[in-house]
Amino acid sequence: MTIAARCVDLKKDYVLKGETVHALRGVSFEVPEGDYVAIMGPSGSGKSTLLNLLGCLDRPTAGALFLGEDDVSTMTDDELSWIRATRIGFVFQSYNLIPQLTVVENIEVPLYYQGRLRASDRERCRQLAAMVGLGDRLRHRPAQLSGGQQQRVAIARSLVNDPFFILADEPTGNLDSQTTEEILALFERLNDDGKTIIMVTHEDEVARHTKRIIRLRDGMIQSDAPNTQRKHAGTSYWSMAGAAREGVRHG
Amino acid sequence: MGRWMHTIRMGCKSLTLHPMRSALTILGIFIGVASVIWLLAIGEGISREAQRQIEQLGADTIIVRSVKPPVEVTVDRRGPTPYGLKRAEYERIVETVPTIKSAIPIREIRRQFRYRSRLVDGRLVGCTPEYADVNKLVVARGRFLEETDILKKQDVCVLAARVAERLFPLEDPIGKRIYISEHTDFYQVVGVLEPRNPTAAIGGSLSAQDYSGDVYIPISTMRQRIGDIVVTRGSGTFEGEILELNQITLRVHEVKDVLATAELVQDMLRSHDKLNDVAVVVPLELLEQARTMRLMFMVFMGLIAAISLVVGGIGIMNIMLATVTERTREIGIRRALGARRSDIVRQFLVETVALSVLGGLGGILAGYACPYAVELLRWLLETYAPKTIESLPVVVRNVKPTVLVWSIPLAFGISVLIGVAFGLYPAVRAARMDPIEALRRQ
Ligand SMILES: Nc1ncnc2c1ncn2[C@@H]1O[C@H](COP(=O)(O)OP(=O)(O)OP(=O)(O)O)[C@@H](O)[C@H]1O
Ligand SMILES: [Mg+2]
Repeated sequence: MTIAARCVDLKKDYVLKGETVHALRGVSFEVPEGDYVAIMGPSGSGKSTLLNLLGCLDRPTAGALFLGEDDVSTMTDDELSWIRATRIGFVFQSYNLIPQLTVVENIEVPLYYQGRLRASDRERCRQLAAMVGLGDRLRHRPAQLSGGQQQRVAIARSLVNDPFFILADEPTGNLDSQTTEEILALFERLNDDGKTIIMVTHEDEVARHTKRIIRLRDGMIQSDAPNTQRKHAGTSYWSMAGAAREGVRHG
Repeated sequence: MGRWMHTIRMGCKSLTLHPMRSALTILGIFIGVASVIWLLAIGEGISREAQRQIEQLGADTIIVRSVKPPVEVTVDRRGPTPYGLKRAEYERIVETVPTIKSAIPIREIRRQFRYRSRLVDGRLVGCTPEYADVNKLVVARGRFLEETDILKKQDVCVLAARVAERLFPLEDPIGKRIYISEHTDFYQVVGVLEPRNPTAAIGGSLSAQDYSGDVYIPISTMRQRIGDIVVTRGSGTFEGEILELNQITLRVHEVKDVLATAELVQDMLRSHDKLNDVAVVVPLELLEQARTMRLMFMVFMGLIAAISLVVGGIGIMNIMLATVTERTREIGIRRALGARRSDIVRQFLVETVALSVLGGLGGILAGYACPYAVELLRWLLETYAPKTIESLPVVVRNVKPTVLVWSIPLAFGISVLIGVAFGLYPAVRAARMDPIEALRRQ
């Protein structure tokens, strides 16, 4: 089985006004390809710190982090940018779409930083938009979409570069329960198609949809176990009817 | 290349986020660039006009003029005392200075000319045939004064265009006799001149010359009939002056001798130093002065324009800093999605350069409109405020702004440069931001 990401004794210290905060104190785990992981833990336990390291937005103080074969912990800023552009898909709690760009253009952004943007890529972006149920909203801007729709655009964007894994930091934190279900259904479908997903969440209800739950406490792994009571999202939400229904609700 | 195109497209999109803000920023550069071109064009127009005026005086000429001293000096109890250039001095200069090709003695008096009941004020100029050549006078009909007129002290005259027009609106002036006020004798018209543009005053020593009201007669005739004592009747006062010559215009064989000859002539006129009633003017010298003036003018104008461009640039920088702060989150998003620092720098640079180039292009268009705008302004002034325009110096009145070809690429280059120079700091600041911090910003 191929490993998408592997942490080896990962440590992260923050120095703030001479005081050192040990945000991560040695975290080791592996995420095989096709896994669907929830990272949980109380506030301040280091979830976001870990996710930022996995997303190559930051470098660890000590330890190693392998994405595929490569240790990214010692890479330069430009190399990390390249890794982010080619191997990682981000989904944020607050969607983080670029307001002046349309739906397709937002989906295109990672390709643009890969240095390739061809007509065939355009088509692919349209297909991704259609896949998340926004095929008829290509020319809309983020402000004209509902929260759930925006998050679906963000998911399409995270897929466009065909990443090693998708990192999601509380992707449903801003959504109501029904929309949360829809997003989770989408994640589940993507995971069924073989996508690796690592998701930070507070909510047990959300974590229940994943295959595996890692719990952090004070910067260390408290537990790391498969999810034995996995709940599957209803697929009925994900019909075109569901998309249309949401369109009416927010439109 | 595709990357750049995309960046430019995205940049333009971002600029439309705040159309008003972008427009105002563009306006700053627009004004800067337009003012560069305008200032250079008007400066060039004025200096060309000045140069043309001086060139009309001729590079090979030396002008020696009598300068009227204050009244207290020239008028004592017994009446006016003589001043200025003497005929004897003229003779001596002509005889002793070998570099001189020709010399024209000139005497000018303000007089009224009469033909039948029509009266015209003007200048009676006693001179020799070369006068027409030196002053670029062109004969329209008849002839100018000739050598025999001078020798025989003929009673002939040549009329400038305006005088001829006023005195003879319907008749052919050639062969007619005109009278000069305060004198009973008449002069027969032998020629009429084409209209000629007035020349500007140059320095303090050479006043503006408006040739349009002149009547030319032989200098010898003038001496015999009018003499050196001239009494002008003012309102209840008599003003008299005794003057032999108003001016001697000298021409040298070769332009390189002008300065040395002028010095020699000046030496010969040392006796006038006490009264200071003679001035020697060398157009060539003025020409060279005008050239340095032009250069200084350019530098000065350039400085003003540079300041306005820097102000425009600071405007751009200000806006871009605000934009960067405002779009911190966008920067974080782009970094997370794989943008390198250099990508961010490029993105913001493209935006500032787009702003400054738009402003620059607009400014260039406005710059090209300069001559038309000045023409329009002149027309407006002539139509609605003719007094104002008459009070302007000739050089300014006649100015034709000349858009310098090299000022266009210069202005364009400067506007691009301003965009880069003032956009770099905000762009680098944007790129330096920590992506995690940037993403956290609301
Ligand atoms: N940039 C930073 N500078 C200093 N300390 C930091 C920084 N980022 C995080 N920390 C500290 O590191 C620890 C872990 O923070 P982190 O954001 O990873 O927690 P979290 O598990 O994501 O919490 P939450 O659930 O509230 O989001 C906290 O004590 C926090 O104060
Ligand atoms: Mg967090």
